[in-house]
Amino acid sequence: MLKLENVSKVFNRGTINEKRAINGLSLHLAPGDFVTVIGGNGAGKSTMLNLISGTLAADSGSILLDGVQLQKLPEHLRAKFLGRVFQDPMMGTAADMGIEENLAMAYRRGKKRGLSWGITAAEREEYHRRLASLGLGLEDRMKSKVGLLSGGQRQALTLLMATLQKPKLLLLDEHTAALDPKTAAKVLELTGEIVGLDKLTTLMVTHNMRDAIRMGNRLIMMHEGRIIADIAGEKKMGLHVSDLMEMFEKASGGEFANDRMLLG
Amino acid sequence: MSTFAAFFSSMGTAVQGAASQGVLWGVMTLGLYITYKVLDFADLTVDGSFALGGAVSATLIVGGMDPFLTLIAALLAGMLAGAATGLLHTKLQIPGILAGILTMIALYSINIRIIGAANVPLLGEKTVITAITDTLPIGKNWAAILIGTIVAGAVIAALYWFFGTEIGCAIRATGSNERMVRALGGSTDQLKIIGLALGNGLVALSGGLVAQSQGYGDVGMGTGTIVIGLASIIIGEVIFGAGGNFARRLLSVVLGSVVYRVIIAMVLRLGLKSTDLKLLTAVIVALALSIPVLRRDKDLRVYGIVLLAGAVLYLLLVNAAAALAPGNATLLFAARFAALGATAAGFGTIWLTGRRKMAAILKR
Repeated sequence: MLKLENVSKVFNRGTINEKRAINGLSLHLAPGDFVTVIGGNGAGKSTMLNLISGTLAADSGSILLDGVQLQKLPEHLRAKFLGRVFQDPMMGTAADMGIEENLAMAYRRGKKRGLSWGITAAEREEYHRRLASLGLGLEDRMKSKVGLLSGGQRQALTLLMATLQKPKLLLLDEHTAALDPKTAAKVLELTGEIVGLDKLTTLMVTHNMRDAIRMGNRLIMMHEGRIIADIAGEKKMGLHVSDLMEMFEKASGGEFANDRMLLG
Repeated sequence: MSTFAAFFSSMGTAVQGAASQGVLWGVMTLGLYITYKVLDFADLTVDGSFALGGAVSATLIVGGMDPFLTLIAALLAGMLAGAATGLLHTKLQIPGILAGILTMIALYSINIRIIGAANVPLLGEKTVITAITDTLPIGKNWAAILIGTIVAGAVIAALYWFFGTEIGCAIRATGSNERMVRALGGSTDQLKIIGLALGNGLVALSGGLVAQSQGYGDVGMGTGTIVIGLASIIIGEVIFGAGGNFARRLLSVVLGSVVYRVIIAMVLRLGLKSTDLKLLTAVIVALALSIPVLRRDKDLRVYGIVLLAGAVLYLLLVNAAAALAPGNATLLFAARFAALGATAAGFGTIWLTGRRKMAAILKR
């Protein structure tokens, strides 16, 4: 499915601020894998996702998705295979456009855009149905500008948009981190439902260790641009936050886990 | 009494002329609306592409081409200019404002090459205006209003359709959230180039229309186009609202252009020289763009009101002095001095009050 081989990315190469964000990272995902990704600040979690999506270009290594060499494609062509939800709820939707117009944009992900009408009546019905499944009442406001929605509503909409055309790989980059706890729980619940329904192969970055343990079938921990732990199946189900803390402290040489991880 | 009647009758003609200019320039405003509002791109190319349209259209007419066909040539030339700015911005990653300035400056030389001189007169040539005045029993102004309305109407209809299509929607989304469009598989580079080409094509089309109506094409005719366009868009939004469906917003942009020309005609009547207009337009745009700050900052608002009142007082007093005693330099000087003095006194009062208030707060 997804194969990252020996991928590296250095920021500010040759300057005093040089940082090896991703350091010879390799990762294989099987079809249907739902992998949660944890690690401290600067561990390279988001950078890894950005290298896969093409927002950043890798310095070396290869990124294969079902045999397609992603690293050779520009971001907008990689989008054909990828569904993405960002940390910032503003990032995944166009505020000045209506809910249905945003969905229509997402419906055409990876397809050629031409001069036919931007949204059809048949699509509208499908959008209505899919929005209703979110349980947020958005199906009655399809013409409303997305800018009028709350952060949680926008994030739920982005999640729906990312999966409207079934992606080969779903990338969730701390997509609940900017939401209040209650909304975050709701969006996470929707994430579980949507991923489970379509058996989507998923990479979910999170700062919340409990979520990382609870969600998905596999957990990886990153540190300094590498994967330092990869736990799957029953072993993952038996994990506790304290186990992860211990692993993290060992990896970082006794350094304390940062506040956000502790609070998680 | 008769002077008043004469004033109003000449005012009527002036408004008619203003309306005809308004619709012809309104096509330019539609083009600018695409780049500035839809694509969220402050595109300075327009100063060059407006003159480009005039140059291409006028030169081809002199060369014997049908005046209507020259408008299509102007449209295509403008699209090329817009695409050039788009390529500079997207492929070479030059900041948008600078990319526009580069194309605008380059177009100055290109326009002189096209014309072969600094301007080309259309005296005695067949233009879209003469084509109408020859067949219909109407004057030049009405002919310009007719052709301007037809072209603007057709452009609004075409834009309404285009921005409802898949590509059009993607261009609108690019102006709203570029990253999202890329994440959903849209090439924002391509979409921006298309938008800039479309916008500048319309600006050049308008340049061709204006050149034909004024009877010459000139390399300098595009100077200040962007500011005039912005003023028209803002006036349209203020008077007719920024909301509603897309066609309505486009219509309000054209009406804004007409109102802008009427305001200009009236200000000219009040004694401003035509060379002062660019200053006036810049002030209008600066004021309109500072509305968000003015809404927040009460002190600034008061300064603004005093400044405006001062300007009006100045115009009134100077005009009154000239009317009461024509050629009397002392009276004119006194009028100017009084207006400026009153404004300065106003400023001083606000400033002192503000200082005293702050001192009182600090003392507490």
